Amino acid sequence: MQISLTINGKQHSGDVEPRTLLVEFLRYQLGLTGTHVGCDTSQCGACTIHMNGKSIKACTLLAAQADGQDLTTIEGVAPSATELHPMQEAFRENHGLQCGFCTPGMIMSALAMVERHKGEDLDEKTIREELEGNLCRCTGYHGIVKAIAAGAKAMQASQGGA
Amino acid sequence: MYAFEYKKAFSLEDAKSAFDSADDGTFMAGGMTLIPTLKQRLAMPSDVIDLGGIEDLRGIFVDGDTVSIGAMTCHAEVAASTDVKNAIPALAYLASLIGDPQVRNRGTIGGSIANNDPAADYPGALVGLGATVHTTTREISADDFFTGMFETALEDGELVTKVTFPVPEVASYRKFPNPASRYAVVGAFVAKTKDGVRVAITGAGPTVFRVPEMEAALNTSFTPGAIADISVPADDLNSDLHATAEYRAHLISVMAKRAIADCV
Repeated sequence: MQISLTINGKQHSGDVEPRTLLVEFLRYQLGLTGTHVGCDTSQCGACTIHMNGKSIKACTLLAAQADGQDLTTIEGVAPSATELHPMQEAFRENHGLQCGFCTPGMIMSALAMVERHKGEDLDEKTIREELEGNLCRCTGYHGIVKAIAAGAKAMQASQGGA
Repeated sequence: MYAFEYKKAFSLEDAKSAFDSADDGTFMAGGMTLIPTLKQRLAMPSDVIDLGGIEDLRGIFVDGDTVSIGAMTCHAEVAASTDVKNAIPALAYLASLIGDPQVRNRGTIGGSIANNDPAADYPGALVGLGATVHTTTREISADDFFTGMFETALEDGELVTKVTFPVPEVASYRKFPNPASRYAVVGAFVAKTKDGVRVAITGAGPTVFRVPEMEAALNTSFTPGAIADISVPADDLNSDLHATAEYRAHLISVMAKRAIADCV
């Protein structure tokens, strides 16, 4: 079946089987391999992307369900090819990654978390609670939590929000 | 996943005709349970009928002393709704405990109750508050809706359209979550309603159930102490790698007491 959708501001279309998962469509048909397949059982959050501004797990959605929707993947968050998003920069600075496999999903979850708590300070407890849907197999949570707190502050400072 | 046909419904009529014309159709609400089930090949429907396009099934409406939630309203919306927080804070809190943020952005109340997972949270709220389930053909009281493990009173092709909750005097939900899945090992929903106290337990048995002995004691004295000596027998409770039936029986008393303590 034919689907067409907006991804990172660009129009895409493709022919998918009804059983094609959204993450498979992104990675194998469009080559957007920043969205990772970790557990494939809706636990780990490595496949987290945004659909219409809300974080979702792309391994637990059919590509067909995304027809006509507006998606953002990790490829779409940096302001330019040479500049990192403040949240990406914060992960780099705060040792928010070890092997880096979970990082795209962590960053997409972090951005959604900042959006949900707009105007509030993200304290450590809130960040840890909100990260429930993302697993890091290196257990690098301490750095990740620090990175998200710093990234949220940097986002606030740079534009008063997301 | 086995191959299937995919149909997106934009109205209840669409959904019905897609279901009627399918050999073995299944409805999909948020898909947070169905898609993992399909991946594991535990189900092989001929057609998956996506209800995601039916706008009429979304939304939260407060009307005097009731809160109505459309079947396709996601958990995140219920958790964040100021209307729900004001009218029935325990319900918004319960929704905030389901799964994780990404799952709450997709999972729906209609999907959750139609699936009736023994460890789901929403059945606790429905039975604890004495809610009414509205379907495409009738109204069903929550007490009659949940009939067994993954079993409900819904008939083939019948769809939940909304759930109506009466606003209680006070209510609370306490859950002992599985640390990995966040499903309830045991959850206790306690509400003081105009028709008396209701105690609903989820996670512990094959399906949500009330505890009449606790309700009777709490109608006399609405304090945690009133149920100090009441325990639920372990005989019919679930036993699995997460918790034995005896442990669940113990947790029922603990969670119920905590829920009551929140209320007083």
